[in-house]
Amino acid sequence: MTAHDIKLSRRSLLGGAGALVIGLHLPRPARAQSSAAQAGKAAFAPNAFIRVGNDDLVTVLIKHIEFGQGPFTGLSTLVAEEMDADWAQMRAEHAPADVKLYANLAFGVQGTGGSSAIANSFEQMRKAGATARAMLVQAAAQSWNVPAGEITVEQGVLRHASGKQGRFGEFVEAASKLPAPADVALKQPANFRLIGKEGAIKRLDSADKSRGKAQFTIDISAPNMLTVVVARPPRFGGTVASFDAAQALKVKGVVDVKQIGSGVAVYATGMWPALKGREALKVNWDETAAEKRGSRELIAEYRSLVRTPGMVAGKHGDAEAALAKSDKVVEAEFVFPYLAHAPMEPLDGYLEWDGTQAHARFGSQFQTTEHATIAAVLGLPPEKVRLDTMLAGGSFGRRAQVSQHLAAELAMVAKAIGPNRPVKLVWTREDDLAGGYYRPLFVHRLRGAVKDGKITAWSSTIVGQSFFLGTPFEAMTVKNGIDATMVEGASELLYEVADFACDVHTAKVGVPTLWWRSVGHTHTGYAVEAFVDELLQAAGQDPVAGRLAMMGKAPRAAGVLKAVAELAKWNGAGPVDGRARGVAVVESFDTFVAQIAEVSIGPDGEPKVHKVWCAVDCGVAVNPDIIRAQMEGGIGFGVGHALYGEITLDEGRPVQANFDTYRSLRIHEMPEVEVTIVASTEKPTGVGEPGVPPIGPAVANALARLGQVRPRQLPMVGGGVV
Amino acid sequence: MVHTLKVNGQTHSLDIDDDTPLLWAIRDNLGLTGTKFGCGVAQCGACTVYMNGKPLRSCVTPISAVDGEITTIEAIAGKEADAVQTAWTARDVPQCGYCQSGQVMSAVALLKENRKPTDRDIDLAMNGNICRCATYVRIRAAIHDAAKALEV
Repeated sequence: MTAHDIKLSRRSLLGGAGALVIGLHLPRPARAQSSAAQAGKAAFAPNAFIRVGNDDLVTVLIKHIEFGQGPFTGLSTLVAEEMDADWAQMRAEHAPADVKLYANLAFGVQGTGGSSAIANSFEQMRKAGATARAMLVQAAAQSWNVPAGEITVEQGVLRHASGKQGRFGEFVEAASKLPAPADVALKQPANFRLIGKEGAIKRLDSADKSRGKAQFTIDISAPNMLTVVVARPPRFGGTVASFDAAQALKVKGVVDVKQIGSGVAVYATGMWPALKGREALKVNWDETAAEKRGSRELIAEYRSLVRTPGMVAGKHGDAEAALAKSDKVVEAEFVFPYLAHAPMEPLDGYLEWDGTQAHARFGSQFQTTEHATIAAVLGLPPEKVRLDTMLAGGSFGRRAQVSQHLAAELAMVAKAIGPNRPVKLVWTREDDLAGGYYRPLFVHRLRGAVKDGKITAWSSTIVGQSFFLGTPFEAMTVKNGIDATMVEGASELLYEVADFACDVHTAKVGVPTLWWRSVGHTHTGYAVEAFVDELLQAAGQDPVAGRLAMMGKAPRAAGVLKAVAELAKWNGAGPVDGRARGVAVVESFDTFVAQIAEVSIGPDGEPKVHKVWCAVDCGVAVNPDIIRAQMEGGIGFGVGHALYGEITLDEGRPVQANFDTYRSLRIHEMPEVEVTIVASTEKPTGVGEPGVPPIGPAVANALARLGQVRPRQLPMVGGGVV
Repeated sequence: MVHTLKVNGQTHSLDIDDDTPLLWAIRDNLGLTGTKFGCGVAQCGACTVYMNGKPLRSCVTPISAVDGEITTIEAIAGKEADAVQTAWTARDVPQCGYCQSGQVMSAVALLKENRKPTDRDIDLAMNGNICRCATYVRIRAAIHDAAKALEV
């Protein structure tokens, strides 16, 4: 569905504050009109995405959640480009939950993920902007009595050769009365003034975020609101057997204690009494059905399983036969721990309801399903539930909940205390880190054959958990019993290898798991890129030239590899003066990223990553500086976890509960980063995740040139549950 | 018991438990939400405020231990604050933005002590502030920018 279709089918007239406001008739008052009416300003809302005020401000309603990756700025860039707006007049806010208007065109429902925000919005938002522009031009043409075709627009100013000129705000009222054009032409890329232009835009949210003014869910307060924390089972799968709230209820500020589906909820007048109340609460847990295996047991089981054939995920030629007759076989086994996302703002949510209608506000990443979940738990028809998305302090996959557990818990908490008590549910860092939904633990076993300087055979077996099998999302990624997110990046390689096989075992474990920034590539990228490097080393090949020689069918991957080699002035892996360089290249979410890491061993024996060069090909680069920022951030996220990140389970209980034990990258551990964006006319793809996968293996490959074994178990520092 | 607290130039009387961390008094009782909760154990720096001008982790400071005037992100002012916040915006440092109040508080405190910090000085002053988006490259660059701006 395009903006145009929406507009034609959903037009209506709405009166507002003495001015005529045209726009979409939404089931609930549309944000575009209602906030304009509140402000007492005339507004022109040509479609569901744009509101132009008579104050000349252009507000873009963003259907994707902003938690750092830049959709507020990116989607506004697309609108501003086609409107020929001045960047200074652009504003952004979250669109409300409404699947009819704001679906992710890649998903069919409203939601953010898979680095898809720019990719699915590219045409839609440009059309929305072009439509707005055409209507403003038409309004000016009528006002000036000149042909619309003679009017130009530049940086928010409409002009005619007669000398007449005016800003958008002056034509808001007249434009509101016009029919929308049936079709609008989009700019040719050669005419872009913002898209792809260095320095043309700045993030719309930097100023507020630098001044403590940005509003997150945790910042919400309302009269009569209760802050709620929940005591959850210490082992996954545990349930409440009984509880004693007597001591908790004695804590000053604790208002009530209720059992809900996920545990026992403590309601208080603020966060501190809520935490003290939870501390004083006595809960007996029924752990009959709980997962009691620890990381040690799981790794042992996976290691045994990985030596048996699994379900075939990819195959050509006959890898087994080729390996059997080869005289040089290299073998490696890699272990990847559970990882927490640990967004800086732990999970939270706000909900108020009066028994007949509800209003939820939180960092919703899957609005459509979360909206439905809240309605279902509260027993309300969906049209009686309003969901507004808040800025969120990071996600990295954590808020994209297959199980809808946060939305469900939020609604359960509200329901248990009853109507007319607004609730703010807050998870602590301990709740977050010990609360599951981790990147699953994985074991990979790889075998490869090398002959005459070439890799001739490749076989990999993967063992891990699926977070999709058995869920309503199964149809999205599961085919023939194989969850594609477990093997993406491993079931097909960027490299041509004559005999190839990849198979997978799906382990049944009672630890809730979830996608984590770059999903399967978090482990497949490491296994494949560390192993190919090891084979090339065995074959006597240069890491860059050796890879390029096998990339005949992957021109864009070869392109970023060449670009990064040039950027880093690649001249072999070294070491030189105690520093060696490692390479990796990974395609994820249709974006290609190659990185070179320069690494030494520090005096403490830990790897020190000094510098990372990065080349990215994400098709048309809409916001070059945001692309660079995502590469920088993705590299930091990847380095931190490859070096230090690990959630271990001891008899089923998570060991790490806060940042003192779940070590997070700090500023002195962050490498210098240099990014080059490969010019491309391909359609734009995402950058939120693809910066992550290459850095771990690039560091591992550098370590190998410093005389170390490529780390077989992550994290590289301090890990080692064996 | 009733605690008297001076925050951003205003004196407040709060009837809250002695062990209430300053963070929650600021956020829940005074409604100043720029100061963030990230860990509760002084590991991440999101809760950084000043007591008598010096950075303090408010999440582990009980209200009973507060002994001086508190300044939060909402009220920082002066040349260093302007330089830092201008540099933060010009560099587009923030991503999710949640930790940035604490980052800015630490950076402003650094520049008040040291007008020309080296990379090593920045490491020492800023390594108590975690950014899960890893905006560290830009934080470092923005601090250098701010230091330069303060020279003139």
